[in-house]
Amino acid sequence: MTLLTTRGLSRHFGGLKAVDCVDFTLERGEIRAIIGPNGAGKTTLVGMICGRVVPSAGRIAFEDHDITHLSAWRRVALGIAYTFQITSVFANLSCFDNVALAVQRHATNGLHRSLADEVMQQLDRVGLRHRADVIAATLPYGHQRLLELALGLALQPKLLILDEPTQGLSDAEIAGFCGLVRAVTSEATVLLIEHNMPVVMELAHRITVMENGRILAEGLPDEIRADRDVQRAYLGA
Amino acid sequence: MHSEDRRALLLHLVTLAGLFALQFLLPAYHHTNFARIMVLACYAMGYNLLMGYVGLLSLGHAMLFVAGLYGAGLSAEHLGFGPLTAFVTGVVAGSVLSFAVGMIALRTSGVAFMIVTLMFSQAVFLSTLYFSGLTGGDEGFVLQGAARRIHAGSIILDLSNRTTRYNLALLLFSICLMASFALVRSSAGRVFIAIRENEERTVMLGYDSFRYKLLATVLSGTMSAASGAAYALLFAYVGSTFASIQYSILPLLWVLLGGVGTTLGPLFGTAAMFYLIDFTSDYTSSYLLFVGLALVLIVLLFPQGILGTVRAKAAPWLP
Repeated sequence: MTLLTTRGLSRHFGGLKAVDCVDFTLERGEIRAIIGPNGAGKTTLVGMICGRVVPSAGRIAFEDHDITHLSAWRRVALGIAYTFQITSVFANLSCFDNVALAVQRHATNGLHRSLADEVMQQLDRVGLRHRADVIAATLPYGHQRLLELALGLALQPKLLILDEPTQGLSDAEIAGFCGLVRAVTSEATVLLIEHNMPVVMELAHRITVMENGRILAEGLPDEIRADRDVQRAYLGA
Repeated sequence: MHSEDRRALLLHLVTLAGLFALQFLLPAYHHTNFARIMVLACYAMGYNLLMGYVGLLSLGHAMLFVAGLYGAGLSAEHLGFGPLTAFVTGVVAGSVLSFAVGMIALRTSGVAFMIVTLMFSQAVFLSTLYFSGLTGGDEGFVLQGAARRIHAGSIILDLSNRTTRYNLALLLFSICLMASFALVRSSAGRVFIAIRENEERTVMLGYDSFRYKLLATVLSGTMSAASGAAYALLFAYVGSTFASIQYSILPLLWVLLGGVGTTLGPLFGTAAMFYLIDFTSDYTSSYLLFVGLALVLIVLLFPQGILGTVRAKAAPWLP
């Protein structure tokens, strides 16, 4: 089952082709990693998918609906959640209020579950339950990344886009993070931009390699590891 | 969480009870002052909704205050509306104007938003002078007679009676205060604060930030207009001074002084500023110099304002 497709998707900044005519397909339930050198166009590509960047050309379809011209907030309502590369939680609000903002967006909870219960449950999921009243800015960096992830998860997305989620995390935190992402796949498809190759190899079902705004290769982790073009362009062999 | 909600609610109710009790203690002069302060504090609360919670700094709120002032004053003077109908007319005028201005001004942000709101407000100010046949321009007009009597069944409330005036001012203040309190505790209030803190992230949580900013602008404009309409009816004077830029700056100062983004701050800010001017103008005609000096000192020493400082130091649960 296809969740998302892009056709001829491009974004040009002046003469620079940040993303150039990309055809990209994402299957429901997979964990897909996008890798590539800096400036390959990874963040611009997912920026167009979640509505932060307006495409210069091409189309995007999500669950067979054309979303090319939908505003970012409408795409969130359809089930596309984006977590930021640079941690972008609400620094002056408590962890509780941060997550409540994401939870209250979908008021689907029945009569028996209050907003507070659901917020606490979402915090519990990333291990921040005991930090509910703590102001986000005072959390250690690793916990802020977890809070960022909790915001994404609390939206109950169909597609969760994670932009360099493990950047700046310790090895122990990365291990915990990988466990969380793997658990998510029962509910959501995950699109991951990541530089940390062990994380990519461990998590991704399939890998897409970008270079100079184009897709260079796509395949299973083992195929990508063996691909000569990829080795030349990215793995530096 | 719940005990903090209860404590905050209790504080608001105690404040209202205190204001009610105050009328039996105050001498006549301060009695009238406090009625004025409560009405003007509604204006400050309206301003604070937009500036303190959504983070939008308007320099044109005088147009919303006078939408209420003239909406009530002109309809009472020229159309013979009673005080209640005139009040509603003023409030509706403020809602409509804030919606129209919001649709345009909210396409901008930051300094551009300040300038656009300032320009709209100046246009309103100049209109009040241009149509001086209707508004009385600079000199304005005084409301009297039927425009200041409310007939409620067999009871007649005379708005020139100071007890009536004080308690109607308190009633309006109570409604605005409790509405603000409920609003900032609500889901929409949480989104307002989120927009102030990080608008980009708020959009990526699925919120249409324009719609929420427009809602806040209309609520703010409605509250400001309610204050203006009450001011016209309770204190009987309507004039274009209230549309001048000074009346756009005043609520900003009241809110800064009282505590940006606190529900009770506007009351303290308005009262402090009112008495600062009252006190200094007894001694010198250049009282604004001392007011300015006091404000500079307060901003330097307590940049979060009166209640903002209390919240930071002692009571983090203050809404």
